[in-house]
Amino acid sequence: MSETYEKPPTESYEVTGRRTKELTRGQIKKARITGIVMLLLSAFVVVVFIPNVSGVATFGLSTVDDTIQLSALVVPVTASLWVLAMVLGFLGASQFVRGFQRKSTLILGISFGVFVMAMMVWATAGQEFSLISMLVATVARCTPIALGALSGILCERSGVVNIGIEGMLLGGAFTGVVMGSLLGGWVGLLAATLTGGVLALLLAVLAVNFRVDQIIIGVVINILVLGLTSFLTSQVLVKSPELNDAPIFPAIKIPVLADIPIIGPMFFNQTVIVYGMYVLVGSVTYLLFRTRWGLRTRAVGENPKAADSLGVSVAKVRYLAVIYGGMVGGFAGAWFTLGTVGRFDEGLTGGRGFIGLAAMIFGAWNPIGAFGAALIFGFSESLEEKFALLDTPIPTEFLAMAPYLVTIVVVAGLVGRARPPAADGVPYEKE
Amino acid sequence: MELELRGITKQFPGVLANDDVSLTARSGKVLALIGENGAGKSTLMNVLSGLYRPDGGEIVIDGQVQSFKDPGDAIKAGIGMVHQHFMLVPVFTVWENVVLGVEPVSGPGIMNRKEAASEVREISERYGLAVDPDALVEDLPVGIQQRVEIIKVLLRGAKILVFDEPTAVLTPQEVEEFFGIVAELKGRGATIIFITHKLKEALAIADDITVLRGGKVAGHADPATATPELLASMMVGRDIDLVVNKEAATPGETVLQLSGVTMLDDYGRALLDDVNLEVHAGEIVGVAGIQGNGQTELVEAITGLLPIASGRIDMQGTDITRFTPRRRHEAGIAHVPEDRNHMGMVESFTVSENLILDSYYGAPYSRRGLLDGTAIREFAHALVAVYDVRPPHIENTGGALSGGNAQKMIVAREFSREAPLVLCAQPTRGIDVGSIEYIHEQIVRKRNEGKAILIVSTELDEIFALSDRILVMYDGKIVAERQASETTPLEIGLFMAGKAA
Repeated sequence: MSETYEKPPTESYEVTGRRTKELTRGQIKKARITGIVMLLLSAFVVVVFIPNVSGVATFGLSTVDDTIQLSALVVPVTASLWVLAMVLGFLGASQFVRGFQRKSTLILGISFGVFVMAMMVWATAGQEFSLISMLVATVARCTPIALGALSGILCERSGVVNIGIEGMLLGGAFTGVVMGSLLGGWVGLLAATLTGGVLALLLAVLAVNFRVDQIIIGVVINILVLGLTSFLTSQVLVKSPELNDAPIFPAIKIPVLADIPIIGPMFFNQTVIVYGMYVLVGSVTYLLFRTRWGLRTRAVGENPKAADSLGVSVAKVRYLAVIYGGMVGGFAGAWFTLGTVGRFDEGLTGGRGFIGLAAMIFGAWNPIGAFGAALIFGFSESLEEKFALLDTPIPTEFLAMAPYLVTIVVVAGLVGRARPPAADGVPYEKE
Repeated sequence: MELELRGITKQFPGVLANDDVSLTARSGKVLALIGENGAGKSTLMNVLSGLYRPDGGEIVIDGQVQSFKDPGDAIKAGIGMVHQHFMLVPVFTVWENVVLGVEPVSGPGIMNRKEAASEVREISERYGLAVDPDALVEDLPVGIQQRVEIIKVLLRGAKILVFDEPTAVLTPQEVEEFFGIVAELKGRGATIIFITHKLKEALAIADDITVLRGGKVAGHADPATATPELLASMMVGRDIDLVVNKEAATPGETVLQLSGVTMLDDYGRALLDDVNLEVHAGEIVGVAGIQGNGQTELVEAITGLLPIASGRIDMQGTDITRFTPRRRHEAGIAHVPEDRNHMGMVESFTVSENLILDSYYGAPYSRRGLLDGTAIREFAHALVAVYDVRPPHIENTGGALSGGNAQKMIVAREFSREAPLVLCAQPTRGIDVGSIEYIHEQIVRKRNEGKAILIVSTELDEIFALSDRILVMYDGKIVAERQASETTPLEIGLFMAGKAA
């Protein structure tokens, strides 16, 4: 032992822990299980899909008013099903034997995608299926989910859990249709946004000032709005149907971009609400990660005490974030009425707020990720809708379950452990 | 800047946390503020940093009476706090943490990252604090995280720096470096307040010492003439023996044996990496290490609270690797857990309920599924008396006890079972000197009775006071083993920092 010791080098940051090559028992077990699931899917394609169909499946890739017309995609059913089954079988067997380790989640996702393709080929056998209109509907249906997720992200990044997104959607949908019927679509949109803001104010007051359990507040908002809108529908809208007849925002073609085959009609021939969603996804990402407001909001959601000790007002930051989040939720609600049918029915949001929460988690509290997740949910909803039109032996009730089934699979199986903001749902109390 | 506190009084419901506290911190000098937990140090600092408003008294800086409405005011007045539990956002980068609240912007609210990073770099160079502004805080060792905290207060123009227990989480080498930083700050005219309960450190670094006891100033001491014993008796109000008296150990047969124990986290990183160790009857084995190097996982692997990926654990010749925690407990493992309030007891349960938490399910405390109140009360009364838990009311809730007495209650429960193996994780963390003295005596008594004892502590003084044999953990591995009589804190400290001697 020498008398003096060398000063430890201060510029090197040793990250403790290291990655080992071996898999743990748990990881091996997980690899086996996912491998078996994939093999079962493959077997399902072979046993159930292949024997019952023959001929060709026709997928439409262009709508009538597209500038560039793509010819329909015609695939031989039996052959393509065999190919898809073999892909699934190969992926499943590799996963079972050695596991894809870090990539196994991705592989599992791809396998589900392949299975869905097989299902589409099988269901379309001998018929024609407009793939393009399903993709257009995917983007439309992803919109309220993505906006709902964005609402959740704004609230939760500041540390306030918002379970009440569903209520905010429903409230926005209702006031949107009433004000839209009276004063036009734009006023309706504004009213919907403000309704979400007001509901969020309730959440903020109870969560920040009174430190009520945030899950309970969210549930209360959902039940309150559901009851209130149902009551007003049966008491007011039924008697005065002119209040439940709002103009629908038309789809607007964006020049040039809308002419790109497939992508164009999908993303660039939609309503203002969908375009609003794009703008919000982009701007919230920028605001959260590039601005002073975003830094403070995220700091409050991670470690409010640290923010407070630096003179950042936790209450103010949370109020603002929650109210912004609520306004996004209300805006999303307008999609259900002003963006689609122009009329309100009881509970017409059908749990999209909760699916939005799932998209938020799937997207790891990041707006872009949540948008991607919302696209998956939108796809499953639109697939369900289009399948119901095809003559398939799948009961429509089962198809209607599909989006929620996807939600469960995605949240439980694929997400793994996304890290929420550290102070999410924790009321801040000064000592 | 000179800081003076005049007659600060702060009342909480039922507690007078600060009672007429007056002290002076001189410019370019270090004032050490020492006292036990609950002596009012933290309250006083929260008053100073603007988190609390005092009920009486005034804060005077350079002759100006100050009034702080919130932490922002205190920062503006030049006071910078470096908290014991760092106020950092782990998922943020260094610069994000540093500029939070005073972000440089270009355009409306848009952060100027370049300027922020260069501000951080500039301060870290000026004060010799080597920190990379773009590193993620959670990846940094604790010593560097502390520098981030220091940069934070310096960036805000702090002239009075308050360090709350700054060395609690540092290795001896990092403590040396920290003292170097303090000297540098002092040389630049900063006023330093150093809150600690480590008497040697106070004596080593301070120019003035103020001792708090029970919310009042118990006295001032001159570091040039004071001794640790004098300061300890000022803190406690009676004479304290800082040395644990024990004879040489006479180790017997092997009680606990770990062979190749490896534990992985969810991402496959090794938390414990091929750990081999033995603990013999009649000896105290101390596991030294900086917090977070696998000590918690080691204890939880032995008690069965966390699963291990590979390896084998034997107890008195029986393979207990696949035993559930309860079977291990019944096989004779007593466990004083590191987190007293969350793992050691149920705070809302009474003292008597807490005392039977591990044995409620069998005779004599329960019969045919019903608890036997009489037997429980008799047992609890006896234990509270033997282990000196104060106040001795068994119907009080566990959470109402002071830290030291809560720990004595847990020690009572675990030690009363005559288990051949005793695991003590951080047995005296955050408790008063009197209780430390008592618990150390009990641990040595257990050893003398022939029990095998494994102590995990981040306090090197405690390791040296108790251990017969010392193991050092670093990055999930046991990196050194030494007989306590044949090593020095300096040598162990080097191992703790991951440096081979």
